[in-house]
Amino acid sequence: MEKENELSFYDGVKACLPTVLGYAGIGIAAGVVGKASHLSLLEVALLAIIVYAGAAQFIISGLLLLQSPISAIIFTTFLINSRHFLMSMAEAPHFKKYSLWNNIGIGALLTDETFGVSMNQIGNKKPVSAKWMHGINVTAYLAWIVACIVGAFIGNWLPNPEQFGLDFALSAMFIGLLYLQVVSDKSKKMSTSLFVMLLVALFLIVFMRVMSPELAILTATLLGCLMGVILEKWR
Amino acid sequence: MALSSYTLYVIIGCGLVTFIPRVLPFIFVRKLQLPDVVIRYLSYVPLCILTALFVQSLLVTRENGFPGINFENLLASLPTIVTAILTKNLMWVVIVGIISMAMIRFFA
Repeated sequence: MEKENELSFYDGVKACLPTVLGYAGIGIAAGVVGKASHLSLLEVALLAIIVYAGAAQFIISGLLLLQSPISAIIFTTFLINSRHFLMSMAEAPHFKKYSLWNNIGIGALLTDETFGVSMNQIGNKKPVSAKWMHGINVTAYLAWIVACIVGAFIGNWLPNPEQFGLDFALSAMFIGLLYLQVVSDKSKKMSTSLFVMLLVALFLIVFMRVMSPELAILTATLLGCLMGVILEKWR
Repeated sequence: MALSSYTLYVIIGCGLVTFIPRVLPFIFVRKLQLPDVVIRYLSYVPLCILTALFVQSLLVTRENGFPGINFENLLASLPTIVTAILTKNLMWVVIVGIISMAMIRFFA
């Protein structure tokens, strides 16, 4: 019975489609920025295929242009992407019943956006499946690679992508995902969510005074989650 | 189609440090049953991380001080948020966001 109702790979592709345009915007921007940082088309493509991380790719391109030490670039990337560890921790329990390779596959392609889409579904207490998650992930992955390569081509004749607001695509995506998260997560009271958001914003501002932006994001998130749990118990 | 060894080492290294944190929880969590309180804690991760990422886009880092405000991004966020509320559609949110930012840069 359960098998028949299981969401398919194609359901995942459909669930991912609304984000594809967002990916296209950011991926094109990432490709253009890579090109502007004197990376070759092959290097831009490899960044997308092997690293596959929006914010990090912008920063890696910038650091490569500055000829930063390899170790510094890798460590910075680790800090930026360590938030994925938290996301994977949140996502993994929902896929426990699937095989190890299924799980590794889901984890390898986890990003802010695919995480946002799947957690929306989970927050709404709707079913998920490994195939469905692969559908989301593979769609996003392919869209990202194509967009980065297109961006690298555009970068050859478009020197200043910021003029067209392309760099704001990433922030806009965060706004959309955050809004959907707040209104759709039925397991939390709206007032609790809003209060936790306010606290995270305050923590972030304070921490950015004393640590790197990437660390501030992680610390503010860890504390914010704690405040959420405490608020739930206390109310 | 140039590929310098410097760039290649960076890409492979960055790929590894991105892959490992993404995959490790999927390998370990299968083996153990997380306590309820941990699951509740983790359920706040999307809300908190997305808030932190968004708020950070509104800020500018300053040496030895509290961050300043990125007015361009703040201004472009307003129509973007309104679009999120009205459409609940990620695609429109991104389109309106990009157009808003382009307009701000064009007129400012």
